[in-house]
Amino acid sequence: MIGDIDPLIINLTIFVLAIFVGYHVVWNVTPALHTPLMSVTNAISSIIIVGAMLAAGPAEMDWGVWLGAVAVTLAAINVFGGFLVSQRMLEMFKKKDKKGSA
Amino acid sequence: MSANMVALAYLVASVFFILALKGLSSPESARRGNLFGMLGMAIAVTTTMTLTQNWTLIVGCIAIGAVIGTLIAKRVQMTAMPELVAFMHSLVGLAAVFIAIAAINNPVSFGLPEVLPAGSKLELFLGTFIGAMTWSGSVIAFLKLSGRMSGTPIVFTGQHMLNLVLAIVMIGFGLWFFFSESTNWTAFIVMTAIAFLLGFLIIIPIGGADMPVVISMLNSYSGWAAAGIGFSLGNPMLIIAGSLVGSSGAILSYIMCKAMNRPFLSVILGGFGSDGGTAAATDDGTQKTYRSGSAEDAAFLMGNADSVIIIPGYGLAVARAQHAVKELAELLHEKGVNVRFAIHPVAGRMPGHMNVLLAEAEIPYEQVLEMDEINSDFANTDVVLVLGANDVVNPAANVPGSPIYGMPILDAHKARTVMVVKRSMGVGYAGLDNDLFYMDKTMMIFGDAKKVVENMVKAL
Repeated sequence: MIGDIDPLIINLTIFVLAIFVGYHVVWNVTPALHTPLMSVTNAISSIIIVGAMLAAGPAEMDWGVWLGAVAVTLAAINVFGGFLVSQRMLEMFKKKDKKGSA
Repeated sequence: MSANMVALAYLVASVFFILALKGLSSPESARRGNLFGMLGMAIAVTTTMTLTQNWTLIVGCIAIGAVIGTLIAKRVQMTAMPELVAFMHSLVGLAAVFIAIAAINNPVSFGLPEVLPAGSKLELFLGTFIGAMTWSGSVIAFLKLSGRMSGTPIVFTGQHMLNLVLAIVMIGFGLWFFFSESTNWTAFIVMTAIAFLLGFLIIIPIGGADMPVVISMLNSYSGWAAAGIGFSLGNPMLIIAGSLVGSSGAILSYIMCKAMNRPFLSVILGGFGSDGGTAAATDDGTQKTYRSGSAEDAAFLMGNADSVIIIPGYGLAVARAQHAVKELAELLHEKGVNVRFAIHPVAGRMPGHMNVLLAEAEIPYEQVLEMDEINSDFANTDVVLVLGANDVVNPAANVPGSPIYGMPILDAHKARTVMVVKRSMGVGYAGLDNDLFYMDKTMMIFGDAKKVVENMVKAL
């Protein structure tokens, strides 16, 4: 039965379910961490690096490959920049050795 | 690797991305969550490597990106986070456009048929136009947030009509691309160019303080762009990650709009607000009087109070006063004063902006409270110190007929004494006079937030 289904429908199923997961997970994020939430989601959206790598993948080098290579670089800036800046921010939210705060 | 193994690895990566967001539900688990995110990304990239042939090229590009990304992440000032996030959204958008172009040029390398089926064309069309709008919109947001471009809305007559016409024309070219037998580059290029233009046009009329909504919306776009590319490539991991980001940005936009009590559409259509500036003329022509005082007077009052609530706003970020504020809070604490911080959801230029600045200054997050948590305490508070905030403490929000009527505010006006640090009597973003400033119990302290707070620290 599953073989008869258009892949588009399967992808659509995944899409809708993922939106529900995202909806519930994000509502649980504490407002104090909304800025790190944006930088983490930004890093996650650079998952398109996967598409960029496929574009840069073929051994036969044409302009499409170079375009893919540029996209890989752009997405990689985002992967590293996004996760590292989130890490830096989240370090700041570490519980401090309590200095006088009751 | 077999196709099934690749798909399973992608599934594992997707689960890690969900865990990354789940971790952000509390500051304790957040760092672990971020590590999960990195792990997911590492799995995704390594797995994809096995599908490619130009390893040197790809590894080289990743290395360049890694160096640039790491440098940016290490060097950026916390006050500059909003523009950094806008900048990074623009990269995702542009990468999405490049990927779509490459996919049309050589569908086979993406595992698509030589001649693109209609479904793939539609998906590529969606991915490209969302990506293009994300890019150009984010560039404008970046320019506005970093002060390279004025935050004042740019409006002209027929603006919305123009946008509508452009959108229709763009969809027309999209359809032409969609129904063409062979690859129709002309249609595709024109469509992409219009999408870029639309991205610019949609963001320019939106004013500076509405940026929290814009930046969340662009965050959402960048996710949908990734999901769109995922559809074209038939890659569930991209669809899942993209949808997570897309819904996250959408929820943040919703929260921001709610905190301003403005419908999303009205924010997006723009034209609201200014950069502040000219002092307000009073409605009835009478000169309203206010009391101004010095930082020393304020320090004396706070030192003798039992409880102080500090309300930070965008002015704190502009003056980079977070470290001075921390010193002030510590000194007051040593004197036995109960010091807390009250954060309005739209304070600053992006969601959570103030929390990050206060965390950077090592202010314990237990002392930093959200609006709902602290609003009932204002009536029992001796002193409220408003640092560079205006509209979020404007009691006009409780007056029917006021342009900001219904906006949830911090009830600073209920405290026994209010002190407002501000550069001038100029109006806030909403262009409204603030009655709080003219109350008998209010003392205005004029000056740069950082200098004023430093003077308070000296006086204590």
